[in-house]
Amino acid sequence: MQVTSSIREPLITGGKTVRDVSEDISRQVEGKPTQLWWIAMGISLTLLGFGFYCLCTLLWEGVGVWGLNKTVGWAWDITNFVWWVGIGHAGTLISAILLLFRQKWRMSINRAAEAMTIFAVICAATFPFAHMGRLWLGFYWVFPLPNTWGSLWANFNSPLLWDVFAISTYFSVSLVFWYMGLIPDFAVIRDRAVRQGHQLRANIYNFLSFGWDGAARTWSRYESVALILAGLSTPLVLSVHTIVSMDFATSVVPGWHATIFPPYFVAGAIFSGFAMVLTLLIITRKVFKLEDYITIYHIELMNIVIIITGSIVGIAYITEFFIAWYGQVPAEQYAFFNRMQGPYWWAYWSMMTCNVISPQLFWFKKIRTNIVATFVLSIIVNIGMWFERFVIIVTSIHRDYVPSSWSMFHPTIYDMGEYIFTFGLFFSAFLLFAKFFPVINMAEVKSIIKSSSEVKQKH
Amino acid sequence: MESNKNFVVGIFDDEDILLHAVEHTREKGLKIHEVYSPFPVHGLDDALGYKRSRLPIAAFMFGLTGTSLALLMQIWMLGYDWPMIIGGKNHASLPPFIPVTFEMTVLLAAFGMVGTFFIASDMKPYKWPRQFDLRSTDDKHVMAVDLAANKMSKEEISALLKAQGASEVNEKNF
Repeated sequence: MQVTSSIREPLITGGKTVRDVSEDISRQVEGKPTQLWWIAMGISLTLLGFGFYCLCTLLWEGVGVWGLNKTVGWAWDITNFVWWVGIGHAGTLISAILLLFRQKWRMSINRAAEAMTIFAVICAATFPFAHMGRLWLGFYWVFPLPNTWGSLWANFNSPLLWDVFAISTYFSVSLVFWYMGLIPDFAVIRDRAVRQGHQLRANIYNFLSFGWDGAARTWSRYESVALILAGLSTPLVLSVHTIVSMDFATSVVPGWHATIFPPYFVAGAIFSGFAMVLTLLIITRKVFKLEDYITIYHIELMNIVIIITGSIVGIAYITEFFIAWYGQVPAEQYAFFNRMQGPYWWAYWSMMTCNVISPQLFWFKKIRTNIVATFVLSIIVNIGMWFERFVIIVTSIHRDYVPSSWSMFHPTIYDMGEYIFTFGLFFSAFLLFAKFFPVINMAEVKSIIKSSSEVKQKH
Repeated sequence: MESNKNFVVGIFDDEDILLHAVEHTREKGLKIHEVYSPFPVHGLDDALGYKRSRLPIAAFMFGLTGTSLALLMQIWMLGYDWPMIIGGKNHASLPPFIPVTFEMTVLLAAFGMVGTFFIASDMKPYKWPRQFDLRSTDDKHVMAVDLAANKMSKEEISALLKAQGASEVNEKNF
């Protein structure tokens, strides 16, 4: 029997029973897609189509269609890559780290957040592949495969190769973790379909649920799998952005060569990830009428995570500047001076405003419990985090060691098209998920109905 | 699958009543075939006398395999098969090999353990489980008692389950 203090806020409101949980969450899987869903899907597929055209042009013509030049060899592609990978981090944090800390409020949001992780990592992976130009040869370049150019293996000393292993492991382990969570919920939909007489749906969802039976022995094993997966995912998620930051930190470029990068990147990743979770869930709870499951209290807790990680990111920005001054290396000092006052000052100050100043508004309880304010700020944070990566990447390299090669980066329609492609991909995938998969983890929510819902606490 | 098996099936509405019922009926000598729940009930595996799962051991062994394979792969490829001087470093130096080793450890541990879970629980996509009551994935806890494994009669078991708080008691034959 679980006991929860009665002074804690209820996690599930509206007097929901265990039965209501199955009913409320399965309803949208069983019904026909709404008009709103079709409109959203139409927009996403349009974006995807336009982006696909840009991507195909890139593959046909070569990477030259992007705005990259001799000085700025990395720009939107890697900015977008780091941005998407970072967004993914919140999903794993919610599902794994909060599980280890026994935070029950994760239960209504972990499914959607993990789905977001998986789609965000897929979006991120498209950028390095596109940047390879000849991506059909890519597998030989990134994986240690025997090839016909001699026994020349991939270079395991390179952080870019570590990234390949980190991102692919992260994607596959997150996928397994997410799918394990879905298995008992697929069985719920299967058994409902049997009772409603939909044999085809029952067969499909039984297939997806691997023939789940819900026996005590299976649950016992299942719980230990979930715990170990959470224990594995926790260092994994921290390692992923650490390794992404090493793409920069192990170089000798002023502005990149900093030991502060791993923790600073991880905090930034969680910061942007929570912002994206909020953006998605505020829409999802409204569209699917899940206000009793994803309550204002959940939103408030996520906003508190945003204040904490946003402040860590702010401290990291200030520390970088202090160290640049204190380190007395002219190249390093110039790199930071150039960030603030150089031709990209607007990107730097957008980053500072969006990431450091705007989340401080969440100190006010009125703002962090207000849905409209949270929605707007969550988008501002994501804009800010995009600028953070742009500032780190482009402003550090656009004025390199030889002033005659100083340059600016101008994105072309194909740079933007690739970014749009990932938005189309992300939202199409999320909409498909929201329609065909249960968006809330029913089994976990059912297990806290007695201890943490409104009904229990009235007694 | 065994055929012609007769079961008495007790339906429970509440996990705490179920937990007490499992404890009390086992004390009275009832052999429970299995309990099916819509969500994990904490303490149920202890009440049923199940041993702790050995899956963590499997995960550890798979992880260890990942660690060794990754180290062997990197040391062999860069140290012996095609040694190259990269940035003036040793051919096979340990620190740069750690990230890939860590990722491979996690990858093999996770996939190995989940694979073991599916095999141990005999779960596969095309298999339909034996279902005692369809409501066991919705909101009811279902206790199945195999008649052949118990000395008590059908009526005695029914009465016992009712007395322990079962909201209904049914029969199910396979």
